[in-house]
Amino acid sequence: MDELFLARLQFGSTTIFHFLFVPLSIGLVFLVALMETHYVLKGDERYKKLAKFWGHLFLINFAVGVVTGIIQEFQFGMNWSDYSRFVGDVFGAPLAIEALLAFFMESTFIGLWIFGWDRLSPKVHLACIWLVSLGTMMSALWILAANSFMQEPVGFVMNNGRAEMNDFFALLTNPQLAVEFPHVIFGALATGAFFIGGVSAFKILKGQEVDLFKKSFNLAMTVALISGLAIAFSGHAQAKHLMESQPMKMAASEALWEDSGDPAAWTAFAWIDSENQENSFEINIPFALSYLAYEKFQGDVPGMKTLQAEYEATYGEGNYIPPVKTTFWSFRIMVGAGMVMIFASLLGLYFSYRETLAQQKWFLRAMVALISFPFIANSAGWIMTEVGRQPWTVFGLMTTSASISPNVSTASLLLSLIAFSGAYLILAIVLVYLFIREIKKGVEHHEAAPDQKAGDPFDQEVYL
Amino acid sequence: MMGLNELWFLLIAVLFVGFFFLEGFDFGVGISTRFLAKNDLERRIMINTIGPFWDANEVWLLTGGGAIFAAFPHWYATMFSGYYVPFVFVLLALIGRGVAFEFRGKVQSARWTKTWDYVVFFGSLLPPFLFGVLFTSILRGMPIDADMNMYAGFTDFVNLYSITGGVTVTILCFLHGLSFLTLRTVGDLQNRSRALAKKVVWLALAALVAFVGLSYDQTDIFTARASVTVPMIGAIVIAYVLAALFLTKKRDGLAFVSSGAGIILTVSVIFASLFPRVMISSLSSAYDLTVYNAASGPYSLKVMTIVAVTLLPFVIGYQIWSYYVFRKRVDGKDLTY
Ligand code: HDD
Ligand code: HEM
Ligand code: HEM
Repeated sequence: MDELFLARLQFGSTTIFHFLFVPLSIGLVFLVALMETHYVLKGDERYKKLAKFWGHLFLINFAVGVVTGIIQEFQFGMNWSDYSRFVGDVFGAPLAIEALLAFFMESTFIGLWIFGWDRLSPKVHLACIWLVSLGTMMSALWILAANSFMQEPVGFVMNNGRAEMNDFFALLTNPQLAVEFPHVIFGALATGAFFIGGVSAFKILKGQEVDLFKKSFNLAMTVALISGLAIAFSGHAQAKHLMESQPMKMAASEALWEDSGDPAAWTAFAWIDSENQENSFEINIPFALSYLAYEKFQGDVPGMKTLQAEYEATYGEGNYIPPVKTTFWSFRIMVGAGMVMIFASLLGLYFSYRETLAQQKWFLRAMVALISFPFIANSAGWIMTEVGRQPWTVFGLMTTSASISPNVSTASLLLSLIAFSGAYLILAIVLVYLFIREIKKGVEHHEAAPDQKAGDPFDQEVYL
Repeated sequence: MMGLNELWFLLIAVLFVGFFFLEGFDFGVGISTRFLAKNDLERRIMINTIGPFWDANEVWLLTGGGAIFAAFPHWYATMFSGYYVPFVFVLLALIGRGVAFEFRGKVQSARWTKTWDYVVFFGSLLPPFLFGVLFTSILRGMPIDADMNMYAGFTDFVNLYSITGGVTVTILCFLHGLSFLTLRTVGDLQNRSRALAKKVVWLALAALVAFVGLSYDQTDIFTARASVTVPMIGAIVIAYVLAALFLTKKRDGLAFVSSGAGIILTVSVIFASLFPRVMISSLSSAYDLTVYNAASGPYSLKVMTIVAVTLLPFVIGYQIWSYYVFRKRVDGKDLTY
């Protein structure tokens, strides 16, 4: 096991783990804010109860999101010090701004929201949760600005072998960010919506508090449908943009070894042989890749072999082909999950409209299973984006193997890998356990607490 | 005229001062849960006093880290990779502590609560200790080579001086937490916090004397910038003597201010003696990282300055507001707050 492998394993696994909680936090807090808005504007107490119930699950999740994020903040320096030296000038700024602008806002207003039910007027209290929601989205904006720089470096000059920022505005108007940010945000909203939808379906199946959970279900499916469509559009925009910015990633995600020819077919399934650089079996849908890449039914897409020759001419010798199978399959998993999600939210809304939802047992059961889909799609999306960019950390500027800390030993890496994995395993188990407990208790339980005025805000018996 | 490099050193110092002042008391409250609480209710009250604040307090550290990354990438790279193993433990502690606050009350079981209470305690004890070790060993100098990479051995991290530094910072936070508790609780708990604080303040003074004595021997804090550091060290001693005095007179607000001033001054002394260096090389002063050779380009610094100067007042404003909203003391009867 070499250091590069361990560092990659650690970064990849901790980041994916962080990004299980991130989209759920962003999505849940948005939906909770919507519910509380209903309550404040219409005075409907049921929405207050719902906001508290879902808010509770959000808080548990948020806590895990925060602590897993702390590792991320310092991991660049710990494991990727040469990377940090090289791009800190450009990359550090969005990270620092994220903390200053977003993390302070999230953490302060979440404190006010948790402890402020009786202290603040309903309107001010509502404003707090919207500010938390705004905070989570700003945090996403800045970290994605940093990530977009790695996909498509802009706004810098090379100076003494380091990338130095010379145009801050260019970082913010990075075309990669313009397509990546909406895709991630709508993915996050869909994650929250499918979580609420699935849990509500479970409660409706069990016949518990059916009226309340039908309300959350409706709201969730509306958000799910809108974001599902927005995900597909923005995803398509990403693919189109990829053709200009990282054609190699596009070719890899299509397992396209040779040039496609005109018009290009989309490969739905391929048996990939990376060694011999060919596919022994493919199922193709004619014209579809041309459409995905150019929005018209013509145009050819360059294959990996052509691009490899081009990249060698530009960057010198080396292997510029990313792991093809991973890129290819993660793309298909994401898109497949996205299609299923759109279809499911349509069905859900249809059943709600016909008022037959409670009778559709099979559908409700399916909705419970579908909770996992946005999580799978999110992880697959990041895996495609990051693995497909290999061998680069910063596209065209710095390779992953040059990014690592030279002074961190294998033993240290093993220690941190084991320590973080162990901690994360415990976190995951406890989180799932607490989620199940809270969900079983249901909405009314919290309101039924004997005396709202006595007890510990960290204790569900009392504060919700 | 102060240039942007110096300004950013100052801003980072301010962020760390803010971090130790704010998170200092909530580390201290976490430590106190083991020594002060007689039962679960008291422990809950204590944790409630920091409930709405601890997360935002921790963001001061994240912002400090982010600011180092943005303004002095080499400092960020050298320090975090060099102190790899200590940071693994800091991170584990912060992870545990963060979720423990949220999780401890979620299940009605004595064993469950007790487990998370231990996590709160160790999660609050370990970080100030490790940060103390970190900053004192930075002052003393670490083996940093010509490529700015630090290759340190066990005794570079762990030695009498660094351990003294770690213990001192921990005790200062402990005291700060106790004086925060006297300010935020009532009745018996308040009296016991004050009584314990009165003892711990002498411990703090003793630790500081040991620390300053060793610093004289191990570092250049008395020579590098003596005209600034020596009066500040005097002021630290005065702050803690005042703290002892105010505790005796039950002037809890002033006691808290004094212990806070003590922490602020202590962290400031460390940064003042470092300047203009940010990491000292024990191999050769030619390899020191300074605010000049570790910095980002002038353009980055300018952008960051504009951003920070615009945003910081808002951040400080709403944080003050949140302390104002939760200004009421926490007692056993009205815990919802
Ligand atoms: C698209 C969104 C997104 C992405 C890609 C990331 N994060 Fe994150 N992060 C958030 C969105 C977010 C959030 C929504 O703001 C969090 C997540 C949980 C939370 O539940 O707040 C958060 C929490 C969070 C925290 C704790 C903040 C606090 O104490 O309040 C830190 C330090 C980071 N993150 C740092 C990072 C770094 C360095 C990343 C890059 C590898 C990263 N995050 C990826
Ligand atoms: C927006 C924040 C980011 C997210 C969500 C993210 C996500 C991911 C994911 C999902 C992987 C794939 C896991 C794997 O292949 O092991 C990965 C790999 C990686 N990322 Fe990122 N990443 C982000 C930013 C960064 C940054 C800032 C760096 C800077 C060093 C970075 C460097 C890497 C490296 C070196 C790998 C390993 C590549 C590999 O193993 O194939 N990423 N990241
Ligand atoms: C519906 C069809 C979808 C299409 C056509 C699509 C397209 C894409 C493309 C092309 C990328 C790579 C962008 C790059 O490397 O620059 C990507 C990344 C990603 N996708 Fe999707 N996607 C779809 C569905 C989904 C769904 C349902 C989710 C989650 C709920 C999701 C979450 C992500 C994430 C988190 C990333 C990584 C971040 C990014 O680069 O934007 N995607 N998607």
